[in-house]
This record gives sequence, C-alpha cells and structure tokens, in this order.
Amino acid sequence: MSAERIQGGSKGVQLDSAASEETRDSQGRTPESIREESVSAPEDKPEEREDAAGEAGGAEEGKRRRLRWRKKELPGGLWLKCEACAATIYRKELEGKGMVCPSCGFHFTLPGAERIRMVLDEGTWEEFYADLASLDRLEFTDKISYAEKLQRTVERTGQNEALLCGTGEIENRPVVLAVLDFKFLGGSMGEVVGEKIALACELARKRHRPLVIFTSSGGARMHEGMLSLMQMAKTCAALRSLNEAGGFSICVLTNPTTGGVTASFATVCDLTLAEPGALIGFAGPRVIATTLKQELPAGFQRAEFLLEKGHLDAIVERADLRDTLARLIDYGRAAWSAE
Amino acid sequence: MSEAPPDKPEPGAGERPAKGASPPRGAETGPEFERPIRDLEGQLAELQELAGGTQLDISSEVAALRARLEAAIETTYSELSPWDRVIVARHPERPVAGDYVNAILDDFIELHGDRSYGDDRAILTGLARIDDERFMLIGHRKGRTTKERLACNFGCAHPEGYRKALHKMRLAEKLGLPIVTLINTPGAYPGIGAEERGQALAIAENILAMFGLRVPILVIVIGEGGSGGALGIGIGDRVLMMEYAYYSVISPEGCAAILWKDGERTPDAAASLRLTSADLERLELVDGVIPEPRGGAHRDREGAMQTVRATILSELAGLRRLETDELLRLRREKFRHAGAIDGRFPTCP
Repeated sequence: MSAERIQGGSKGVQLDSAASEETRDSQGRTPESIREESVSAPEDKPEEREDAAGEAGGAEEGKRRRLRWRKKELPGGLWLKCEACAATIYRKELEGKGMVCPSCGFHFTLPGAERIRMVLDEGTWEEFYADLASLDRLEFTDKISYAEKLQRTVERTGQNEALLCGTGEIENRPVVLAVLDFKFLGGSMGEVVGEKIALACELARKRHRPLVIFTSSGGARMHEGMLSLMQMAKTCAALRSLNEAGGFSICVLTNPTTGGVTASFATVCDLTLAEPGALIGFAGPRVIATTLKQELPAGFQRAEFLLEKGHLDAIVERADLRDTLARLIDYGRAAWSAE
Repeated sequence: MSEAPPDKPEPGAGERPAKGASPPRGAETGPEFERPIRDLEGQLAELQELAGGTQLDISSEVAALRARLEAAIETTYSELSPWDRVIVARHPERPVAGDYVNAILDDFIELHGDRSYGDDRAILTGLARIDDERFMLIGHRKGRTTKERLACNFGCAHPEGYRKALHKMRLAEKLGLPIVTLINTPGAYPGIGAEERGQALAIAENILAMFGLRVPILVIVIGEGGSGGALGIGIGDRVLMMEYAYYSVISPEGCAAILWKDGERTPDAAASLRLTSADLERLELVDGVIPEPRGGAHRDREGAMQTVRATILSELAGLRRLETDELLRLRREKFRHAGAIDGRFPTCP
C-alpha cells in the first residue's frame, strides 16, 4: 500500500456528528448566505462543532428504497427547521429519513462521511490520498490567516481537505468514489481538491472502474487565488484523459453546487444527476439578484429548473441513489474490460 | 420569465454591468494615482500652446518639463499597488479586442453566431491574418463607446458566447488554423438567462474541448482576466499576460465583500489575491509576460498593440514547430500540474 493511502474509517473519514451542522447553520446562515460569485468563504464557527461520535449499526435493510443512514445522538436542538419549507422537524425523524425533509422532501446537505456510508456497501470503502493537506501559498489573510483557518477546519472536521476520494463498491460493483464535503470550507476547490479529483480520474482509469462523484461546493477557494481557478482546468484535463481511455463517469450534484465546481468537472461527466431541490448554478442567487436588482423566480437554479432547461440527465431521490447508480454502472460496463 | 435578446443587456445590466465591474474609475480624469502625471501633462500642453503663439525659445523649459513628466511616470508606475494595476487594466483608453483588430490585423472577417441560440456580442470571433499568418481570433469584446459597451455587456459573455467561441475554434481545427484568444472580461455574465442556458456548463465544455483541439492555441490576457469567464477561452499551449493585465479567481470587489464585508478593503483583497502578471509568472500559472510601454498600454496604444502583434507572430511560429500529439500532450500536462510544487502530489498507484 502506498504511503498516501489510508484505510477507511481512519484519519481521513471520521464518523463525525456534524451531520446536521448545515441545518444548524440554517438558523442564521444557510449555505446560500455564504456564497457569492464563483467562490466561497464560509466562516469558521468552531464553537458549534462537535467531536467525532460515530456508532455502529442503524442501517435499514431489506427494502428496495434503502437508506443507509446511521442514526445517532446529537447534542443540541431536538428540533430543526427545513430551509426549503420552514417546517419544524424532529431531528430523529429527519435522520431516520436520511436527512430528507418529511414534509417537503428537501434533501439536506450531507457530510462527506455520511454520504460515503449511504452510497457504498458496508466495509468496502478504502480511502486514498487522505493525507494531502492544503498550503497557504499566497499567505492570504483576511480576518485570520488562511493557514490558521485551514488548521482550525482540519481540527474541527477531522479531515485534511474538502474532498474524500477512494474505492468501494455499490451493490457489489467496484467504483472510484469522490465526495465533496460542504462542511470543509464550503466544499470549496483549492489545489488539493482539484488534485484529488484529478487523481480520482487517474485511479478510475488505471483500475478500470467507473468514477462516481458527489458535489456540494460554493466553488473555487478564493484564499488560493489563481491556483484555485486553475483547478477547473486541471480537473477537466484529467477527466478528458479518462474519457479518452474509455472511462465512465457519473456526477451527482447535491445542494448546493455552484461556481467553479459547476463550471468544470461536475457538469461534464458522462452522466449528470442531481438530488431533488439542489441549488445548482454558476453565479450564486444573491449575486444575480444584486446584479439584476430584481427578485429571482421561484425555483430558480433548483435541480427541477435545471432538468426542465435540459442540463441534467435525471433527478434521483436519495433513497433511490444506490439502486440507480448500480443500474447505471451496469450500462457503462461495456466501455470497460473487467478489472 | 423575460428573455433578453443576446445582443442586448438584460434588465438592469446597464446600471451595474456585472459582478465586480464597477464603472471604470476616473473615466474622465483618469486614475487617482496618475494625478501627478496628468498635472505635468497639462503644464506641458499649456507651455507648448503658449510657445506656439510667440517667437520665444522655450525648448529648454519644455525639455525640462518633459523630463519631469517622464520621471513622474517612471516613479508612479514603479510603485503601483496590485489594486492600481487592476485600475490600469480597466482603463477606458486601454486597447480592447476591437482596437487590436483595427490596428494589427492585415485582414479580418468576423464570424457570428453559436448555431443554436444567438450571437453574443461579448465574444468576438473571426478569421484573421497578420502577414502570412492566418489564424482564428477569439476575444472578449468590451466596446469603446457607451453604446458599444452596453451592447456587449461590458465584456461579460453569456453561454451562447462561449458556444460561439467553441464553434469557431472547431472550425479552426478543421481548417488547420491556429487559435489566438484575447482575454478581457470582468467575468461571465451572472443573469437569469445565462443560468437558464447553462453558463457553468458552457464554460466547462469549452475547457474540456480546448484540451482536445488539434491546432496550436495562444492565449493572451490583454486586460481583465475575470475568473471562469476568462478560463472559458483560456486553455492554451502558451498563456501570456500583458504587464498590467490581471487574472483572478474573483474580482477584488467581490472578494472584499465576501471576506471583509467591506468594500473599502478592495485594495487589500487585490493584494491578497496575487493577481498581477508578476505574481502569476512567479507561481508558474502563466507562461510569460508581454511588456507594456512605460506608463501602461493606454499611454502608448499603438506601441502596446504592435508588441502584441510581434508576440503573436513569434509565438505561433514557435508552436508550429511542435508535432500535434506532442503539442496536445504538453498542453494537458501543463494544466494537469498547474502551478503545483514539484513532488508535492503523489502519482496514481
């Protein structure tokens, strides 16, 4: 095993209990409110974070619409507000439904580790490149230095970067999986995120496995300046090489995906899927509303809007994702010789 | 939902052109930091006018004033902050794509339309010739008069603009013509129609496609390199920047608004983003910098444009020497490892 490869469940992905942190944020600060233009810069709220508190069991089995969501006790509020319909939801009910609003079906943003657990067959995840960590190459300082911001985020999340990538199986079908985690600086793409997407493309190419990507991101990470913009080019270069080798790629856009991620690898995979209600766009809605000085139409930039305008292959509910991905992968098999 | 024709700005666009595109500062008077230069230029003009009406020999005074003016330009331009440079890049007198077409091309046939939706005037495309060198010119178009600027959304392209560019680049590939792109945009247009028609997708498709175009591509940032809107025509075998151009992941205004929540911090944001040509050459994110006349391209437009003309000829001649497969391999490798520190990242096992 190479030095940069770390087994699943160790350093790279901790089963942390920040599952509902976006929800908590939504009381004062939704993912939308911190996004502008094609970059994101979420603030650190270290006082709101909890330590790792994963526990075993809880996955529901036996149904076609399976939800591999792990219920667990979370400190803090028992009741949450849905950011889409404003319904008050009992936290345990929300978790039981895989973080899907029981009244309107809004799909809450999932932490990366939970996404991996939900999508992959149990025990098949093997993480790669978990130790790649970002550098403050521009010595960027706003209220605090980027170096310090990174350090705090690493401590809070227990992972080195916003992208988790590795191998695993979806209903016994081997895949390379890459998951952007919104809780790490808004899932923003800096050098390491871009590099890991490129490495995931190369891993898929070498292992002859389909590449499955989940995105949730505010876009390019402005603290890395042009180095982050160039990740758009880097990821597309790697994806193109995968395409030319006959690879098969699927990207699932989840709430929210905007900016430089949408404008690069996320929208040019072989198949583009989205979760219901996911906000997907180039410019953030606030930027557009400010620029145009007008209110935006209802449903603007939501997954259903994109589907109607012809930009998505399909919208897939969270409960159907595993099954749908498995079936899609079977159609992509012809492109590959067996591993 | 109202559908704006592609050649007209969307409602409200004229009031505020785009994210981060504040109206050019000092449109009438020029940038604040050029005040000492303008004062001396005024004095010199006054003196020469005065001398014109008399027989007095004031050549020594004129020479002295001219020397002071040169010194003022030298001093001012050697001390420009990154934010000053952004202002220079946006100077209303700075040459734009249309000026290059008029000044340095020996032939130009504009080609319109993306063949599916419309003709975005924020992107200029056409068959171009300098001497015997024929190529496809792709550029952001800002326009010079207010009417022109409005018509092309101040250089902020819609998806149909990027698709038009791709359509013409594919034609260039078929004809075996190299491609020259001139980047000068505050950013891709953030609007309802742009999102409906897939702004992000259009940019992503261009980036992906440009890695496969089997002809040489020369990219020159001539003014503003605004984020993804720039990168949408920004993949090339050689990526050059003019000395006072900037290239950034976000406008300094946008960055200051997000990180500091304070527009007054825009100059700090400009400095933090490392968006100058010198910074980006140091980070190895651009392949070279095209020097500008002292005091910027707006001070000697013809001189600046002739330098670009010579650069296009020499660069295309250089790229022509490479075998096509090698050209594409190098292009892809360059962006695959863009700016990365040697040995920092592993190779795939």
